[in-house]
Amino acid sequence: MLAFIARRLLQSLFALFVMSLLVFVGVYAIGNPIDILINPQADQAEIAAVTAALGLDQPLWVQYWTFLQSALRGDLGKSFVANVPAIQLILNRMPATIELAAASMVIAVVLGIPLGLLAGLRPDSWVGRTIMAGSILGFSLPTFWVGLMLIMVFSVHLGWLPTTGRGPTVDVLGFPISILSWEGIRHVLLPSTNLALFKLSLLIRLTRAGTREALAQDYVRFARAKGLSMRRVVSVHVLKNIMIPIVTVVGLEFGSVIAFAIVTETIFAWPGMGKLLIDSINVLDRPVIVAYLLIIVLMFIVINLVVDVLYSVLDPRVRVAGARP
Amino acid sequence: MIAVQALTPSALIGVYRQPPSGLACRASAVAIRISRLGVLAVSIFIAASAQAAELRIGLSADVTTVDPHFLAAQPNLTTARHMFESLTDVDEKTRLIPGLAESWRAVDPTTWEFRLRRGVRFHDGSEMTAEDVVFSLDRPLTIKGSPGGFASFVRPIVAKEIVDPYTVRVKTAAPYGALPQDINSILIVSRKAAARASAEDFDAGRAAVGTGPYRLVRFVRGDRIELARFEGYWGARPAWDRVTLRILPSDPVRTAGILAGELDVIEHIPTADIARLRANPSLRLVQTVSWRTIFFHLDQASAEPPAVAAKSGKPLARNPFSDIRVRRAISMAINRTAIAERVMEGLAIPAANLVSPGVFGHNPELKSQPHDPEGARRLLKEAGYPDGFAVTVAAPNNRYVNDEQVAQAVAQMLARVGIAAKVEAMPLSVYFPRARKHEFAFAMLGWGSFAGDLALRSLVASPDPDRGYGAWNWARYANPRLDQMVQQSLAAVDEKRREALAREAQAVAMNDLAVIPIHHQLVTWAMRKGLTYTARTDEFTFAHHFRPQP
Repeated sequence: MLAFIARRLLQSLFALFVMSLLVFVGVYAIGNPIDILINPQADQAEIAAVTAALGLDQPLWVQYWTFLQSALRGDLGKSFVANVPAIQLILNRMPATIELAAASMVIAVVLGIPLGLLAGLRPDSWVGRTIMAGSILGFSLPTFWVGLMLIMVFSVHLGWLPTTGRGPTVDVLGFPISILSWEGIRHVLLPSTNLALFKLSLLIRLTRAGTREALAQDYVRFARAKGLSMRRVVSVHVLKNIMIPIVTVVGLEFGSVIAFAIVTETIFAWPGMGKLLIDSINVLDRPVIVAYLLIIVLMFIVINLVVDVLYSVLDPRVRVAGARP
Repeated sequence: MIAVQALTPSALIGVYRQPPSGLACRASAVAIRISRLGVLAVSIFIAASAQAAELRIGLSADVTTVDPHFLAAQPNLTTARHMFESLTDVDEKTRLIPGLAESWRAVDPTTWEFRLRRGVRFHDGSEMTAEDVVFSLDRPLTIKGSPGGFASFVRPIVAKEIVDPYTVRVKTAAPYGALPQDINSILIVSRKAAARASAEDFDAGRAAVGTGPYRLVRFVRGDRIELARFEGYWGARPAWDRVTLRILPSDPVRTAGILAGELDVIEHIPTADIARLRANPSLRLVQTVSWRTIFFHLDQASAEPPAVAAKSGKPLARNPFSDIRVRRAISMAINRTAIAERVMEGLAIPAANLVSPGVFGHNPELKSQPHDPEGARRLLKEAGYPDGFAVTVAAPNNRYVNDEQVAQAVAQMLARVGIAAKVEAMPLSVYFPRARKHEFAFAMLGWGSFAGDLALRSLVASPDPDRGYGAWNWARYANPRLDQMVQQSLAAVDEKRREALAREAQAVAMNDLAVIPIHHQLVTWAMRKGLTYTARTDEFTFAHHFRPQP
């Protein structure tokens, strides 16, 4: 197990290196951020001076080498626009994004698995059909449109929930958390529902397919023949066996929810790191863009690792490669 | 691992406005919940603000830092100008008025004297003196890692002299009449608070000590800025005890926020939403001509301007834009009224100047070119292009109001006089760097300026890095006579004389079609009924200028 984890981490270092190079070259190719940031009245001398002060007049490989050297010391550079270390900027905004992602994953799991089970157990009833039709909508409606509709209906017309923003936060172990208060929950409800819709539909379909497949298996028939109640058959035999694909998907989707909550964060003005990325791309704030993508890559690597380890916990037949002598 | 800004207990729970009903009970429910969780004892909040007047404003762009000398971007300045002030101020028409300086005058052509207002207090109670002013004028050049913007405002200054605690003299190398306007961009900070302060110190509020009507309560990056009234303010007392500036760059979000009653004011209303907001009986809109002028640069220096060719694709014998008849034909081909009414849905007025009406140096005698496709065709023929030619019109697509659509409209109008035009629109982050490298022959730009001569200096004076002329002259238009006039205008320390010279120079540039002007944008604010605001040409949104309707 340890050797497996060590090898994985080594591979991930290489992935991080390639990623940083790609992003660096990509942002460099777009152009000089000073052209956008500089005050219009600035003259040529000032533009040149500022470009030189930020090291942007150097050839690409020199800039990358400088970046690499400080990156190895753990310094990913300061944001051009905020004058704050890029990593600090991202980590400051990370709790908000994780909170939003966690809330939406909870919604997706709590609603998705039972609804999927129901649809799987009664595929031909009107309940099953309605759930499946709903999941198609969840897949196909664009996030930004649903977000705006949620705001229009629940905030503007009904006035039940706030339109945008995050609720008041309290610090728990140094992390600002907003969902501990009623006001915070009111704020997180719409954005997390918006973000959850797609995952919810995915989970419904996955659970339904798994359930239908499991129901036809011999062990289920045997369990029923033994006279076990339907309730026990479903909760013990079916559910346990369909969990593996669901855990995989939930794990990976959690990563993608964090990484790509951008649209939802923008619509609901949620002060998370997705919004930060968009703002940074708009002004070519390279240190932040590079640091953000590196963190996301790292996060995916860790999540994949955790999912792999979880497999072996859920299903003793699965062994992580390298775990056996 | 996680760096968390130091927050006082009272700041840990943000104060949120809720519908008046059940406010107190909900507040106490929150309090009970929190103390039950045993997280932190929170003493002061919500109840206190129930009666207090609060103003909640939706800003349209991200504020990156509270440090007023780090980045000269409009949203940063909007925020900073609530807390800090400058020696000279500008009124809603962009004309200079006294700020922290009661008066100023040119002692001699290269020396400006500013007499400071007496008894002005910083937020920490200390008095603002000449020391703070000189420190603030020095500071922009000393910030490491600043993407800048402020250096060019203080660069003409070669020496500063403290005559007495309330008098500062500033020397320039050459006579420079625009100094009081430039100095408006430098906000005065407290020397004591800012002397060794970092960006973090400003963002956390420790160094954000100014003389402005509001003091910083909390800066939550990417989310909001909370401000409280400074009771020791020297000027008119603002109507609001507390102000929240919410950062809401997405247009529909701001609109939804004011429709839901969560915001009192929003800025930069998109054209598509105006009719809807205007029809809402609980809202009010105010509008004025913005200082932002939209125009096109036509490359006049390249022998073969990029993406300009005969319709067959063969290169042209010479650069068509260096012929004034072609430039005039292009100007005549554009139906500015149609663009203003249709594309801009009434949110623009046709332009004949580089600066908006009312701005210093605007020349009211210049009239916008009437639409004349026949005349345009005739001029093209005269210039040797009876069949026209092909161009690519470049424009940003996320910068100015309906920028890409305006470019599309212009391209169609050009097609009607025989110039085959296609449009290339792209995000600003790609557009500006390419335009600066002269990759576009026909390029849109928008400009806002306090003064006509300053705009001319940046946009159409011959590029001259040593003097700082023509930094944004993408077209590399060169006219020695105009350069001379711009220089004379900027050197005039007498305001009247300077404005006359600036107007003359404006006429020379526009009659020579140094650029093709399109329109001046209008800018709109929406607010709940019962509020008033004097719409500002410089597009700034200031909480202290909003008043309850009498």
